[in-house]
Amino acid sequence: MSNPQMVMYDEEFQEINEVIGRLLNDANAKVIFLVDKNGQLISGVGDTERFDTTSLASLTAGNIAATGGLAKLIGEKEFSILFHEGEKDNLHISIVGGRVILVVLFDNRSSLGLVRLRVKKSSDELSAIFDSLLKKAEDRERKGVSDFPFAEITDDDIDNLFN
Amino acid sequence: MSFINYASREINCKIVYYGPGLCGKTTNLQHVYQKTAPDAKGKMISLATETERTLFFDFLPLALGEIRGFKTRFHLYTVPGQVFYDASRKLILKGVDGVVFVADSQEERIDANIESLDNLRYNLKEQGYDLDKLPYVIQYNKRDLPGAMTVEELRRDLNPTSVLEFEACATTGEGVFETLKAIAKLILVDLKKGK
Repeated sequence: MSNPQMVMYDEEFQEINEVIGRLLNDANAKVIFLVDKNGQLISGVGDTERFDTTSLASLTAGNIAATGGLAKLIGEKEFSILFHEGEKDNLHISIVGGRVILVVLFDNRSSLGLVRLRVKKSSDELSAIFDSLLKKAEDRERKGVSDFPFAEITDDDIDNLFN
Repeated sequence: MSFINYASREINCKIVYYGPGLCGKTTNLQHVYQKTAPDAKGKMISLATETERTLFFDFLPLALGEIRGFKTRFHLYTVPGQVFYDASRKLILKGVDGVVFVADSQEERIDANIESLDNLRYNLKEQGYDLDKLPYVIQYNKRDLPGAMTVEELRRDLNPTSVLEFEACATTGEGVFETLKAIAKLILVDLKKGK
């Protein structure tokens, strides 16, 4: 497989939420999401209730994938920052550690400069957490510990999902 | 590549519907969307042209229920089938856990089916996947049309490795859930084995 399976543990999940929670305050943002490059939502802080987070995650990943394709066409590795400016709300999208996508939604109570500055600092912290997460998963794999939470899953369990 | 989240006790998997233009990939998703209880589905997103041809992808998130306390979610994607959207198709295959190949049963589309299947294999390979090792099923769609080839003929041309196959008519919904169920099951069994 081209990518190892992504697994999130409680400990790292809390660390991540602390970092993006702090970023939410520091950058004066409305909402912050972390999305896997494949379109799975990892976490979100702020006024998340107002948004369809699943769709947002999928479209963000599609957006990053499409601009990544564009980058390659002109000989760039990737475009690591995207900025979408709206009438009221703006989106700052950046790639963290080459693997996850950080989405910051903000309005005129903040500014692009402030968001960029704060995102840069948080990105380093997030990168470190994801590095250790990856290392943890590799260690477990080497030791033969399975991360699949229901190894004893039966055919009936699966069939029941569809009833 | 599935995503297992111990913190929120969720497992997310990605299913991609692949196939030639106008074979019924989007129609499959629309049927699933219409027939699923509101609390089990999210919004269906279609990035389409003005003439309702898929431009980038359709997306439908489904929450099927819990297994051993873990919520299982499937994210259904379609690719744009038209030949010239190949760059977009490649992007959507990233991180795929299972593939449904939707074939158009009409005789005049057999070449398009074969070309699309070759394209699937090639694009997967580029991402480091092998179609023969991935959870993968075939759906023969448009069985109701008068120009449909027999299943034996389709099998000979499109299913040399004898993967699970289903007959369908996506507009009426026949065979749509059987196909989805089969691929979801293959993915979960594959996860269970541990990659």
